[in-house]
Amino acid sequence: MSAATFHVRFTDRRSAIGLAAFAAALVALACAPWWAGRDDLYLLEQIFAYVALASLWNLLAGYAGLVSVGQQAYVGLGAYLLFGLTIFADVPPLWAIPLAGLIGALAAIPVAALVFRLRGHYFAIGTWVVAEVFRLLASQVAALGGGSGTSLPASIVIAIAPSRTMREFVVYWIALALAVAILGLILLLLRSRYGLALTAIRDNELAARSNGVDVARVKFVVYVFTACGTAMVGALIFLQKLRISPDAAFSVNDWTAFVIFITVIGGIGRLEGPIVGTIVFFALRQALADLGALYLLMLGAVAIVVMLWAPKGIWGVIVERLDWQIFPLQRRVVFAPPADNIARSKT
Amino acid sequence: MEWTNTIVQGVLTGGLYAMFAAGLSLIFGVMRLVNIAHGDFIVLAAYLALVVTETLGIGPLPSLLIVVPLMAAIGYALQRGLLNRTLGDDLLPPLLVTFGLSIIIQNGLLELFTADSRRLQAGALEVATWQVTPGLSIGLLPLLQFVAAVAVIGGLQELFYRTAFGRAFRATSDDPAVAQLMGLDNRHVFALAMALSLAVVGLAGVLLAVRANFDPAIGPARLIFGFEAVIIGGLGNLWGTLAGGIALGVAQAIGAKLDPGWQLLAGHLTFLAVLGARPEGLFPRIRG
Repeated sequence: MSAATFHVRFTDRRSAIGLAAFAAALVALACAPWWAGRDDLYLLEQIFAYVALASLWNLLAGYAGLVSVGQQAYVGLGAYLLFGLTIFADVPPLWAIPLAGLIGALAAIPVAALVFRLRGHYFAIGTWVVAEVFRLLASQVAALGGGSGTSLPASIVIAIAPSRTMREFVVYWIALALAVAILGLILLLLRSRYGLALTAIRDNELAARSNGVDVARVKFVVYVFTACGTAMVGALIFLQKLRISPDAAFSVNDWTAFVIFITVIGGIGRLEGPIVGTIVFFALRQALADLGALYLLMLGAVAIVVMLWAPKGIWGVIVERLDWQIFPLQRRVVFAPPADNIARSKT
Repeated sequence: MEWTNTIVQGVLTGGLYAMFAAGLSLIFGVMRLVNIAHGDFIVLAAYLALVVTETLGIGPLPSLLIVVPLMAAIGYALQRGLLNRTLGDDLLPPLLVTFGLSIIIQNGLLELFTADSRRLQAGALEVATWQVTPGLSIGLLPLLQFVAAVAVIGGLQELFYRTAFGRAFRATSDDPAVAQLMGLDNRHVFALAMALSLAVVGLAGVLLAVRANFDPAIGPARLIFGFEAVIIGGLGNLWGTLAGGIALGVAQAIGAKLDPGWQLLAGHLTFLAVLGARPEGLFPRIRG
């Protein structure tokens, strides 16, 4: 009798079709500089940034149960690191992005040690206080314009690529690559042992703990990983904007409220949710942009309605009704010995 | 003497922070709900007072007679109609729904009143001072705020431990299922707690609006001050919350004295220092 009388399979026909469609969409998006105009490229870059931010927040809140409302701390930190590293340390702008991620992760370690002392809702507001501290510290940096902020010097902008068109293409591809890399890493993380632990924590923290999951450790790893990714996205967003100020870089509405609404509307606790939510968010924004403050008011109302009447979000409803999945995440136990095992047991 | 003045001002501001905190602490204690829109409700109360004083031509203090009951009614309706649906084991729904409310209130006020800074006019009361000693004078208005804060905290304490109301709150807080078995209607108890919380918010909002400029965007910072006062003072201890508010107010006043840019930072750093050194707060709850 061979040891493996069953094995665990991730992929099936549905996820194979889903992944193929996803790959085709990626190829089309990678070619966007040849078929899309300047405004479309800028819009797509923003969409990629929000997909990345929402996926990271989804990992943090949807899987690890760490409902943070202070992720703007890392967006702003990444943005300020981009400006600081390129202006004062002559780091090439494209290298500043991974470096910002690394420093963001390092900064998250002491922050985690503090805010992990707070539970549940108080954890949420604690992370917000940390973000406020980061914002106030950033406005004390006189060399980067203090409270009013500064622009990225032309010499550094030119270092990305000499011509404006090429620069836009490069930033676009980096935005796409970063979003895909973050999605890919989250997928790998969720398929690893950590993923099993995270799914267990998502479903029932107490049960996970009693089954031997080191909950505190898993949460810490996820918090630091998320900080790293969020700081990189922050650096990228402000590489597009080329101008920084503490209020813009540490905005709770832009980098946390919208991200939470996107994740909840799309479907929290599922990898596809943030992608669906971002598409809905931008579609609403394009349609209702003229309404100004009323648009945000409606967004808040939609998020409340979804949370109360469809808490699994749009993708959750799709999964329940149609049983689709794009990303091969669902584990299926197959109770037949793999083909090579049969062959071996016959000899 | 200059420093004494700074500290006295800090203590008086701290009273206001303790009032922000009391409403927050109350509903967390009773139903484990943190209202992210708490600060925005403070601002909403300030705008209500603005409308009331302007339409009726009365002063800010008489306007309390309308604003406080109105806020309590809003609180009761909000809890019955919306927030009771969010309560449960999952902490995301209450957080997200109150976050949504925060965005709705902010942008609704922005749409109605624009982003301009406003202030309630209190006439002679605004400038009246009490000369304690030469060099140290206390504004009557800040003093009134502080006395109001102490009265609110003392009143809540009495209500919690001496009345049937308070017994219902504590019973529901300890075990909602058993409280329900004993004949309490939890939905009603929670709604009363929210009404009480927003009544305190109404008072705090009007007092804030007389003392400082306000605009639709200042809510979240008030939420944070209230939250910091709760944690510094220790969860579940109302007098501790007053001490926490005072500690925060004094820290901010000292920070501002050293460098105007350090006012808020000094408060936040004091909070983080307490969290690092004594995560249970300075005066943790004494059961009894």
